[in-house]
Amino acid sequence: MSGTLSLPANVVPVRVRLSRDDVILRIGLICLIILLAIAVVFPLYTLLSKSLEDIDGKYIGLQNFREYFETPALFSSITNSLTVAISVALIVLVIAFVYGYALTRTRMPLRWLFRGIALIPILAPSLLAAISLIYWFGNQGVLRSWLGEASIYGPIGIIIGSCFWVFPHALMIIVTALSTADARLYEAAEALRTPKWRIFFTVTLPGAKYGILSAGFIVFTLVITDFGVPKVIGGRYNVLATDVYKQVVGQQNFEMGAVVSLILLLPAVLAFIADRWVQRRQIALLSPHAVPFQPKSHPLRDGILFVFCLVVSIIFISMLAMAVYASFVTFWPYNLSLSLKNYNFDVMDGGGWEAYFNSIRMAIYCAVFGSGLIFFGSYLVEKARGVTWLRTILHLGAMLPLAVPGLVLGIAYIFFFNHPENPLGFLYGTMGILVICTIVHFYTVSHLTCLTALKQLDPEFEAVSLSLKSPVWRTFGKVTLPVCLPAFLDVVSYLFLNAMTTVSAVVFLYSPETMLASVAVLNMDDAGDIAPAAAMALMIVYTSTVFRVLHALLVRFISRRTQVWRTR
Amino acid sequence: MKKLEHALTYSARVIIGLIAGLMIAVTSSAETLMVYTAVEAEDLKRYAAAFNEDHPDIKIRWVRDSTGIVTAKLLAEKNNPRADVIWGLAATSLMLLQSEGMLQAYAPKGLNKLDSKFRDSANPPSWTGMDAWIAAVCVNTVEAGKNNLPTPTSWMDLTDPVYKGHLVMPNPNSSGTGFLDVSSWLQIYGELGGWQYMDNLHENIAWYTHSGSKPCKQAARGETPIGISFAFRGAKSKAAGAPLDIILPKEGVGWDMEATAIVKGTKKLSAAQTLVDWSITKKANKLYNQGYAVVAYPGIAKPVKHFPEGILEAMINNDFEFAAVNRKKILAEWQKRYDAKSEAK
Repeated sequence: MSGTLSLPANVVPVRVRLSRDDVILRIGLICLIILLAIAVVFPLYTLLSKSLEDIDGKYIGLQNFREYFETPALFSSITNSLTVAISVALIVLVIAFVYGYALTRTRMPLRWLFRGIALIPILAPSLLAAISLIYWFGNQGVLRSWLGEASIYGPIGIIIGSCFWVFPHALMIIVTALSTADARLYEAAEALRTPKWRIFFTVTLPGAKYGILSAGFIVFTLVITDFGVPKVIGGRYNVLATDVYKQVVGQQNFEMGAVVSLILLLPAVLAFIADRWVQRRQIALLSPHAVPFQPKSHPLRDGILFVFCLVVSIIFISMLAMAVYASFVTFWPYNLSLSLKNYNFDVMDGGGWEAYFNSIRMAIYCAVFGSGLIFFGSYLVEKARGVTWLRTILHLGAMLPLAVPGLVLGIAYIFFFNHPENPLGFLYGTMGILVICTIVHFYTVSHLTCLTALKQLDPEFEAVSLSLKSPVWRTFGKVTLPVCLPAFLDVVSYLFLNAMTTVSAVVFLYSPETMLASVAVLNMDDAGDIAPAAAMALMIVYTSTVFRVLHALLVRFISRRTQVWRTR
Repeated sequence: MKKLEHALTYSARVIIGLIAGLMIAVTSSAETLMVYTAVEAEDLKRYAAAFNEDHPDIKIRWVRDSTGIVTAKLLAEKNNPRADVIWGLAATSLMLLQSEGMLQAYAPKGLNKLDSKFRDSANPPSWTGMDAWIAAVCVNTVEAGKNNLPTPTSWMDLTDPVYKGHLVMPNPNSSGTGFLDVSSWLQIYGELGGWQYMDNLHENIAWYTHSGSKPCKQAARGETPIGISFAFRGAKSKAAGAPLDIILPKEGVGWDMEATAIVKGTKKLSAAQTLVDWSITKKANKLYNQGYAVVAYPGIAKPVKHFPEGILEAMINNDFEFAAVNRKKILAEWQKRYDAKSEAK
């Protein structure tokens, strides 16, 4: 049938008739496309149309935008947001590059430990850094005097706090970029007696430039759309993300919230497009004949970089350690005796211990349903035969969430699911909507991870099973899934950790029954209970750490059973 | 054919699983009342437990936030209300909701026992009062000493440049405490003088908080030397060991009532009425008295530990009508003048 015409070149067309397997896979494709349309495209469309309406739902064109741009406080918010995001991007890029260079291009000791320490912020909500900074540099902070006349409440606090939580995101991209060096280039340069500094600027930097750019875009987007840190430590320094929050949560002015979130969507989409463009170039840099680069020992350089990594690591650990200490202090700063008083969540704002258990439940739902759905989706994109256009649509749909900041997604969900005529309205205020929103929010990275793993799998497997008349699900269960298991487990872990720590989307969607720990941290700080907020944030860190350790053990166990074929 | 069935099951399993997961997550209970409140979080458990001693069959689901947020939330949900009962929200806010036609008038059993100030004057009333909550200034004696700040005795004192950057107060748009402060200044100094006073005060404010208790909690922790908050919060923080002085400025202090009402359109009217009946009993008022020195039920109030003396005399003769009618206008004017210094939310 027509499907065979568009088969990829590497698959030999064996059948002319549309097989049963094809039908199943195509139904799957269509189902997933519909799901993504409901969960991503429709809400965004509702958001757009809402921004053109007044409070009673009447169409008023660009009136809201005009009103917004006439507000004098607006321009300070835009310039504040840009100042913070650009400063953080520059600072983080420099530090992450040197740190990543030390991890990948030197033989300094304890590289594994430094790598682990740099990933700590992934285990915590972004607010933790801001809370910890208040204990270090706030008006009652241990190191208050270091700041002199300046105050931590404002741009300084936002920038330092943001650097902390985005660092691992930048580091991972840069480490990947630095790991793909071609040793032959260095050998050639050395043979030509090129000085070391020159090699660095003509070989190392150009090789990693796309990774650096990509990291820069990611950091910029993460910071400009995050409101956790500015909310806690921003004082009176307003940024766009907190403006949205103020409009929607503080004044229940949803139309204006829609306007500001659309404005926030703009830089995020630009960064997304630029990043895609950069990624494509990066891949083209890799030649199949490249020889992996093996760093040589160089005591002086390694020593200097060791000290650098040590300093950065100490800062990271001290951020966490201060929060841990403060969470056990009975009444900072007047009663420094230690107690568990701040962990008594049930007598405070924030939803109590129930919020913590809700978070765990949500993280498990996200990890289980999300990973299954996403893996199935990427399988269809990679392995469904024919119907290239359907697969392309699904792939594009899967890429879209990366361009949508969590905050924008959350508001779009309010409009879409709380609309009186939406048959899916029963989801509003339930755990279900939190799970869907979180899966969508983190869909793209998971999708790409699965896709990479699936691409490593020779298409011959499918061809062989096809010729043996083995049904597609048997190949899926016996070959595809076991081979991709490590990547699949990575996705499970990625979804779980992010579901535990995310604030940005779910803060607009939780209800009293589905209060989450990360949102509780925000609310407790809001009520002035900063020590309990630290304690709740740490409960998330403890849980994430335990999960991470279990995950590592499981991966090691499973790899031994399913990945033996990789070693010859 | 069997194989086809099997295959279909397999390919659809993930989708079905997802939907099933969502269904599990959707829970409901007929016995549960959705109660919106601005009462301090640490008291909610106590209130619910005492109510359940007498009515174990009705469960309470709290939605707690600052006064302004709860009010905005109720207004936003006007056409599709989610709350059944409002228990513990500023009377000025309830008056606003009443004028929007959102409250179900109901005369709870034992209404005549209440102080007549503590109820809506209409018959049957739309809301009944619980207790008065009263503005106060929390001064951290340790930090004030470090910064050489004299102890203020009046609202006017607070405009002295010596306090510049040392004052924190709640944003009236989100906090009921913030609003009662603003409305009391407008009543004490008159419209013109009130805004003039706030202009001067604004020069000294470090930041405006979202919640009414946060300024006092921050003063208790020494994050700021002085927080404009309310007396009850100050007494609690003092009891927790904070070095606080609770000051009642000599011009008099603003106050508001916390009150109870039934939301019109509730599907659980009889349970809601049971709760409102209970909320004005002597037992309930004794409960309120653990934190609030002035309660609706006459003759039972006992002094509250750490509460400043002379609080009854300090309370201004509050014109609730003025506050409720002008609420929207006052808040818009405030926002226009001072919002740039406000903390997010």
